[in-house]
Amino acid sequence: MIELTVNNRKLQLDVAEQMPLLWALRDHLGLTGTKFGCGAGLCGACTVHLDGKAIRSCVTPISSAQGKRITTIEGLSAVSDHPVQLAWIAEDVPQCGYCQSGQIMQAVALLAETPQPSEQQIEQAMAGNLCRCGTYNRIKSAIRRAAKSNESMAVAAVNTALVDNEATEVRS
Amino acid sequence: MISRREFLTVSLATGGGLLLGFSTASQAETAPASVVPAVASGKDFAPNAWVRIAPDGQITLVVSASEMGQGAMTALPMLIAEELDAEWGRFNTEFAPANQAYANPLLGGQITGGSATVRGFYTKMREVGATAREMLLQAAAKQWSVSANALITEPGRVVHPGSGRIALYGELAEAAASVPVPGSVMLKSEKDFRIIGKPTPRLDTPIKVNGQAGFGIDARPEDLRIATIERCPVFGGKVKSFDATAAKAVKGVLAVIGLDHGVAVLARDYWTAEQGRQQLKIDWDLGPLADLSSEGITRMLRAGVETKARPAAKHGQGAGALPSAGSKKIFRAVYQVPYLAHTCMEPMNCTAAVTADGVTVWAPTQAQGNAQRAAAKAAGVDASKVMVHTTFLGGGFGRRSESDFVTEAVQLAKQHGHPVKVIWSRPDDVQHDYYRPIAYNELSAELDAHGMPKTWVHRIAGPSIWSRIAPARVKNGIDPSAVEGAADLPYAIPNLEVTYALIDPGVPVGFWRSVGHSQNAYVVECFLDELAAQSGQDPFEYRKKLLKDQPRYLAVLEKAAEMANWGKPLPKRHHHGIAVAKAFGSYCAQVAEVSIESGKPRVHKVHCAIDCGVAVNPSGVEAQMQSAIVYGLTAALSGKITLKNGRVQQQNFNDYPALRIDEMPEIAVAIIGSGVESGHTLGGVGEPGLPPIAPAVVNALRAATGKPQRELPIRL
Ligand code: FES
Ligand code: FES
Repeated sequence: MIELTVNNRKLQLDVAEQMPLLWALRDHLGLTGTKFGCGAGLCGACTVHLDGKAIRSCVTPISSAQGKRITTIEGLSAVSDHPVQLAWIAEDVPQCGYCQSGQIMQAVALLAETPQPSEQQIEQAMAGNLCRCGTYNRIKSAIRRAAKSNESMAVAAVNTALVDNEATEVRS
Repeated sequence: MISRREFLTVSLATGGGLLLGFSTASQAETAPASVVPAVASGKDFAPNAWVRIAPDGQITLVVSASEMGQGAMTALPMLIAEELDAEWGRFNTEFAPANQAYANPLLGGQITGGSATVRGFYTKMREVGATAREMLLQAAAKQWSVSANALITEPGRVVHPGSGRIALYGELAEAAASVPVPGSVMLKSEKDFRIIGKPTPRLDTPIKVNGQAGFGIDARPEDLRIATIERCPVFGGKVKSFDATAAKAVKGVLAVIGLDHGVAVLARDYWTAEQGRQQLKIDWDLGPLADLSSEGITRMLRAGVETKARPAAKHGQGAGALPSAGSKKIFRAVYQVPYLAHTCMEPMNCTAAVTADGVTVWAPTQAQGNAQRAAAKAAGVDASKVMVHTTFLGGGFGRRSESDFVTEAVQLAKQHGHPVKVIWSRPDDVQHDYYRPIAYNELSAELDAHGMPKTWVHRIAGPSIWSRIAPARVKNGIDPSAVEGAADLPYAIPNLEVTYALIDPGVPVGFWRSVGHSQNAYVVECFLDELAAQSGQDPFEYRKKLLKDQPRYLAVLEKAAEMANWGKPLPKRHHHGIAVAKAFGSYCAQVAEVSIESGKPRVHKVHCAIDCGVAVNPSGVEAQMQSAIVYGLTAALSGKITLKNGRVQQQNFNDYPALRIDEMPEIAVAIIGSGVESGHTLGGVGEPGLPPIAPAVVNALRAATGKPQRELPIRL
C-alpha cells in the first residue's frame, strides 16, 4: 500500500512502487487532467506539483511522492479562479488544450518562486513544456498578466489559500 | 447553400422544444437512433439536428466539426448565433455523432481538414440560425396576432416594439416547433454582423485551464482495460509467432492478444501494460521493406524524377523554351524535403466497447465517417451499429483523419470482451505515422534581359497520398496534393512546365498540415529568391513585378513588407526574408527577421498578413497564424524522419524535436478583410499560415550567408 496526499486528500493505493505518478493519477485515481505526452521527461504535459515544486510525473516513481503534497490541475483551485488560470482565460491561451494543464502547473510554480519573472526567466522556466499548437506567445502574455496580478498579492498567501481549498473529489 | 437533396426538418424535442435540422436524402453514415441519446441528453434528439431550444430557454448547438485546437467549436456556433440572434455564450454545444448529415459541404464527408470547416459551413450554419429565428418570429406573431414583419429579435428574445411585448426564445420553442419550415430565409448582410468578425474568446477555454476537457485519452468507460501494442518495426511487416509467457507473468497484466501487425498487452493501467510489453518475444515477418533506407529512397526519387515524369502543368512552350542542355544560361537547383511526423501533443489513442448491441467508440478523430466504417469493419458489424463519440483532440494536423487507432481499439475490445483503450507511446507515434511525403525537386529557369524568369521548369518526385486514400483522385499519374502550390504558380512567367513522378518507396504517407503546400511553397519561393538574387534584384520588388495581375497576392505581400519595414535598416546582423503563398483559398505573406547565433538560425520576428475572405473570429485567425508558423518553423529547423533497415530512426522529442518557448519568435498578424460580399471567396485558416514560414526564414538566411538552403531541415 502506498499512501499519498493528492489535492489535499489522503489516500492509499495498491500499485507497484516504481509506477510513475502520472499513471497512478490518471488510471487509478481518475485524475485525467494531467496529461501523457512523451513518457520521458521531454514535454512537460504531465507536470504536477510535489510540495509546491513542478515535477514531471511520467518519470517520478510513486514511491518518491509518498509523504509529500501532490497537487494536480484539478486541485489548483476550486472554481478555476487561480490567478494563473484567470490570466490564461483572459489571454485565451489554449488551442487544442492538451499541453495546458502542464503549462499552467509549471507557470504557477514559476510565479510562486519568482513573482515578477523577467522575459528570460519565463523562457527558462517554461522551456521544458512543449506546445505543438504554438500557444507560446499567449502563454508569455498570460504569465506577465498573472505576475501583474501578483504585485498586489503575496504569492505565498495565495499558495497557502490553495492548500486549504476543498480539493476535487477523487475517484478510485 | 442548402443543396436540393436536403430539406429542413423540424420536430418536437424532449420536453416540447424546437428541434431544427437538415435531412439528407441518402445517409450513408448513419447513427442508430438507439445509441444517439448517449451523445445528446434528450431522448428524442434526431441525429441530424443542429439547434435545440428547450422550453426552459436552454439552447444547444451541435458542432459538426472536430475541435483540435483550431477553434471550430467557437466559430461554428458564432455563425448560427449570429443569424439566430442568440445571446452569445448562453448555449451549450455538443459534438455531432457520425452521420452524413453533418458532412462538410465543401468536402462531401464528415471530415475536419483541408482548412474547410468555416468556409464549408459558412452559409449553411447561418441558414440554420436564420431559419430557427424566422420560426420563432412566426410563433410569436401567431401568439400575439400581429404580423411577423412587425416583430424584431434582440439577443435571445422576440420583441414587438409596437406593444412592448417580449417573449424569450424558450417561451416560444414549443409553438415554433409547429410552424412550417420557411422555404427560404434572408441572411444578414456583412455590415450588420454583431458576432461574426468580432474577436471572440473560445468557448472551450474555461475547461481547458482546469483539466476538465475530455480528450480521447481521458475516456474511462466502466470496466476499462488499457492496451499498448508492440508493432512490427518495419512498415508492412507481420507477426509470425510470439511468446507471451514472460509478459503474462508481469503482475497486473490481464491479457496478451496477437494482432496481424503487432501484439497487444492489456492491464488496468498503461504503465503495467508497458511493463508486460517489454517482456514480449515476437518473431516478425519483416516483409519486403526490411532493407529500406533514406539513402535508398533518395536514389529512387532522383532516378525517377525525369524518367517517370508526367505533365502537371504547362504554359507557353514549357521546358522546350529552355536553351539546349548544358547552356550557361540555365539556372538549376535541386531542392529536397524529408518525411515528417505529426507528433500531435496527445499521442494516438482510441477507446472502444463491443457488445451484442453494437460498437461504441470514443475517438479523437478528424473523420467520424471513416472512424465509423473502420470500427464496423473491425467488429464485423454494419456501420449503423457503430456509435462514434468525438472527444476533444489533442492536436490533429491531418494525422487524426486516419483510423488505424480506431481499428486497433475495436479489434482488441472485440477479442477481449471488455472495453479497451489503446494508447500509443510517443515512440509508437513517431515510428508508425502516416508521414508528410518526402520530395525531390529539380528546377531549371532562364532569365530574360531584365533578369525576370522567362522559363520555369519544376520536376517533382515523391510518394502520393491520394493513391492510398482515394486512388480516383490521381489522374494521369498526377496526385494533385503533390503539385499544389507548384503547378498553379501565380507568377507571370511566359514558359512554365511542372511535372510529377509518382514514386512510392512504401513508407505510409498522409495529410500533414497544409499538405503539398508545406513543401512546394518552400521550393518555389526559395528558388524564386535565388533568381532574384541572380539578377541582383530585391526579392520583394521582384515578386511585385511578377504578381502585377494578382491583387490578392499583392495585397498580403505589400502588407507584410509594410509591417516589417522592408528595406529599412535592421539591427546588426539581422536579415529579412519574404515569401507568399495561397493555400486552401487564403492568401498569406510573411516576412521573417532572422540572425545566426552561435552557428544556428534564430528567428526573431515574423510579420504575417493573411487574407481569408472573412475572418469569422479574428482572435482565432491570429491564433491559427501563430500556430501554423510554429508548426512550420519546427519542421524547417529540425523536422526530419529518416529510415534505416526499414525502421524509423527517431522516437521522441529528443531526436524529433519541437520548437520550444525560448526559440519562439514574436509574431505580428494582420488580417486583410476583403469580405465575401465584395465578391471574394472565403478561405481557410488552419493551414494557410504554414507554407510561407520555411521559405521566409530560408530566404532571410540566404540574405545573411549568401548561400541557398536547398534542403530541409535547415543546416548552416
Ligand atoms: S509526459 Fe512527462 S514530460 Fe512528457
Ligand atoms: S494547446 Fe495544443 S499542444 Fe498546447
